[in-house]
Amino acid sequence: MSTEVEKGDGVHRGSPGGPVVVDRYTAGARINHWITAVSLVLLALSGLALFSPVLYPLSGLFGGGSTTRMLHPWIGVVLFVSFMGLFFRFFRLNLWEHTDSVWLSRLRDVLAGDENKLPEVGKYNAGQKMVFWSMSLLILVLITSGVVIWDQYFAEYFTIDQRRIAVLVHSITAIVAICVWIVHVYAAIWVRGTISAMTRGQVTGGWAWRHHRKWLKELVAGK
Amino acid sequence: MFTPIANPTTQPTAAKFGEQDLIRRSASSVTPPAKRLTEVAKLIDVSKCIGCKACQAACLEWNNLTEEVGINVGSYTNPHDLTPNTWTLMRFSEYENPETGNLEWLIRKDGCMHCEDPGCLKACPAPGAIVQYSNGIVDFVHDKCIGCGYCVKGCPFNIPRLTKNDPKAYKCTLCVDRVAVGQGPACQKACPTQAIVFGTKDEMKKWADHRIKDLKSRGFKNAGLYDPPGVSGTHVMYVLQHADKPQIYANLANNPSISPVVEIWKGVTKYAGLAAIGAFAAIGFLHHAISGPNRVSAEDEKNAERLTEGQ
Repeated sequence: MSTEVEKGDGVHRGSPGGPVVVDRYTAGARINHWITAVSLVLLALSGLALFSPVLYPLSGLFGGGSTTRMLHPWIGVVLFVSFMGLFFRFFRLNLWEHTDSVWLSRLRDVLAGDENKLPEVGKYNAGQKMVFWSMSLLILVLITSGVVIWDQYFAEYFTIDQRRIAVLVHSITAIVAICVWIVHVYAAIWVRGTISAMTRGQVTGGWAWRHHRKWLKELVAGK
Repeated sequence: MFTPIANPTTQPTAAKFGEQDLIRRSASSVTPPAKRLTEVAKLIDVSKCIGCKACQAACLEWNNLTEEVGINVGSYTNPHDLTPNTWTLMRFSEYENPETGNLEWLIRKDGCMHCEDPGCLKACPAPGAIVQYSNGIVDFVHDKCIGCGYCVKGCPFNIPRLTKNDPKAYKCTLCVDRVAVGQGPACQKACPTQAIVFGTKDEMKKWADHRIKDLKSRGFKNAGLYDPPGVSGTHVMYVLQHADKPQIYANLANNPSISPVVEIWKGVTKYAGLAAIGAFAAIGFLHHAISGPNRVSAEDEKNAERLTEGQ
């Protein structure tokens, strides 16, 4: 298997003589992604309810303050397990390469959408890789600090000072994670044609050519 | 002797303060009352305590609480720590005074200090679950409490305790229900030696001065009042024989204040955090408005066609 291709990736005609369609994510990867996505949104809503009094009414979505407090850590466990799945699925092609640094150094062209001026990109570009690695790190910090402040079950294992630090770390990390999430969602909206990768698992040939040419070329070469 | 609070009338009495007298309410703002009630305080004179635990029993009795039967670990302190049912606890410390060579049995009645600047209330995320009345009483409102344990992190004295199932936080109420009808707290009522007295904060300070003078005359040259300024004073104060060393009284905090970690968490983090989220969202909108969507062109599609055809 070539270096830029994941299991399940493929290129074919949608219908005989029809446009080129590229398979990007398997059904398993998409289910895994959406469990993570839903958990993350629920965690952000319930977490923000406990973070700021202005947003406390969000706890109503979960049936009140007490159930929000009860559910939030359990959803966190779901997210952690689910994200582990994504991590092991995707980490190989998210390893940093020299071209990623070049790509990133031309952020101006990236933001302007002038992708012809950028090096050809594999399955993931440097921005996607940064989202991947920062989320991996943030979620690890969140689950660790989260356990420390899960007082219902773990209060007796930690000192109050440790729990104070954990709650501060947890809230700052969560804010950063929400910001990374905004970047992730925005990129998916801004780069048109991306969302179908996570809904139907497919993108158009043109999308792959424009944004992930190296990946497409290897797919075609390996067909 | 401090003049005891008279027994109550058997006639029903209207509460002397209530919702309208709140000066702080957790996770929400209140319009402060035009006139502040006279601040009250409980004064615990450690030098007069005989360790009878009548206060502990009276607290359980008045608040209709039952403590589990515990185990003996060789200390008179029983239970071993504050619990959701034990809101006040006599902590027994044996102190060998290096100056006199005497063994002193220091008995400190632990419980909520009713801080003027309450860390629990600052940390609480549930609107109205912790309130502070203008007379200084800090109380937990259990139907609003969500059991998150943030008050435990906010408290500089390690006082609130969470119940295990359907968690909610509990602590001394300063017998807010008794004080509201002109009575003193149950522990004070039960104390046989006037080691616990209750009145206005000014009265208590004056009485403490009198006690401190007496202690000094008997050789306790560092006797003093414990009313820590780090939390803007408290509405439960101690008279200590050795006020220079509060830590010898079962680790009473030397100079308590709300932890800076809690201040950062509840202060700058909250505002900067929401601002950061807002800024990221705004940058997204702006970028989209300025550079427009990044669309795949017909030429891109054609190039893909050519690439696959080439095979």
